Amino acid sequence: MFDFSIVTQAIHTALLSIMPEGLAIFLECVVVGVCLLLMYTVIAIVMIFMERKVCAAFQCRLGPVRVGPWGTLQVICDVFKMLTKEIITIRHADRFLYNLAPYIVILASVLAFSCLPINRGMEVLDFNVGVFFTMAASSIGVVGILLAGWSSNNKYSLIGAMRSGAQMISYELSIGLSILTIVVLTDTMQLSEIVERQADGWFIFKGHIPAIIAFIIYLIAGNAEVNRGPFDLPEAESELTAGYHTEYSGMHFGLFYVAEFVNLFIIAGLAATIFLGGWMPLHIPGLDAFNTVMDYIPGFVWFFAKAFFVVWLLMWIKWTFPRLRVDQILTLEWKYLVPIGLANLLLMVIVVVFKLHF
Amino acid sequence: MYFTLLVVVILTALALVAVALGIARAISPRSYNPQKGEAYECGIPTRGRSWMQFKVGYYLFAILFLMFDVETVFLFSWAVVVQDLGLYGLTSIVFFLVILVLGLAYAWRKGALEWK
Repeated sequence: MFDFSIVTQAIHTALLSIMPEGLAIFLECVVVGVCLLLMYTVIAIVMIFMERKVCAAFQCRLGPVRVGPWGTLQVICDVFKMLTKEIITIRHADRFLYNLAPYIVILASVLAFSCLPINRGMEVLDFNVGVFFTMAASSIGVVGILLAGWSSNNKYSLIGAMRSGAQMISYELSIGLSILTIVVLTDTMQLSEIVERQADGWFIFKGHIPAIIAFIIYLIAGNAEVNRGPFDLPEAESELTAGYHTEYSGMHFGLFYVAEFVNLFIIAGLAATIFLGGWMPLHIPGLDAFNTVMDYIPGFVWFFAKAFFVVWLLMWIKWTFPRLRVDQILTLEWKYLVPIGLANLLLMVIVVVFKLHF
Repeated sequence: MYFTLLVVVILTALALVAVALGIARAISPRSYNPQKGEAYECGIPTRGRSWMQFKVGYYLFAILFLMFDVETVFLFSWAVVVQDLGLYGLTSIVFFLVILVLGLAYAWRKGALEWK
């Protein structure tokens, strides 16, 4: 298994040999920041392109095909178009909060994004409370959305923001409960450690019935958490024009859009990490030749393959189901997912205590 | 080390927004028109203020969320040690969960989960 910390160690020693330690650490911090920024934007662009192509495929269309081979340059052109659009602030908006909102939304999603373990030794933040920190960081985003809706001084924005607030905080519970199920199984919250424990089998196989129920609950709640799919009430375009970002234009709007897509990737990446084994290759007991071949595929390829598989699954759900009403959304969460989640947690504890897992 | 990295990540996020908005402000055209300052409510002028009293239903769910979210924080600290505690951990958490489920059942019975 390829270990990325060899590369970072080599860079560290090479830098130490030509400059003092403080300067070396400063330089490394700058490099980490730039890499994170590039990664973030590249993931956003790939996700937007994928969304368009997958959506087109589900609706029997072609999607973008004109710009570049298979339309691959379309999104990059759109970024430049977005940059050249005028940024308008409406007259009666609360200017300070209006300008603060995109910062909070992006901050939340970058913080959560930097926790994802892409390869062994390749994660930026690797706390011993990793899962907990990721959840906490990603839930800051709802503050940004509420601020955006409130400060716009537009009734559509306000309704969108309120719906989004109620929906996101409700579904966060289910995400928490389904992640707890896996934490009970691993007895650690560090994301890299969770991946290491899956070397002899992914948790969705190791935890059998409770883990599969938790995975399904996680997918539903995750889809609602990023305001997508059948749960896209906050920006229901047929009733609320664009929801909480109605009054944002140009790059202001672009930042909300980017954060939304990266949040989808974070949800998928977290699902890949805690349920599908992160950067661990697929092993089938007994087939040694197959396992050896799988070991040669580097970890980040596995991570991205699993994450994009989950993304594709969520897009499939989005383009298949009609939009729910707000009372249906809250009923689904509070009357079904929370009780099922609590019962499932108890079931997992019984499985762990009586050693019924693999 | 992790604190340094955390600061780096936060600065990166702020830099991303600042740079994107800075470039956009630098190269985008600018023109003044009083119509641009109006709220976008499908062409009809806004009636009254938008900062007003709002439906109390959202507030009820926020209160419910608060109760369960604090519970999740307690559960996380329990979940990392449950394998060492064994049967003792299971029985003690059952009592904790029963009290919580009673709370949920009370809210359900009172009709706090209905959307009116």
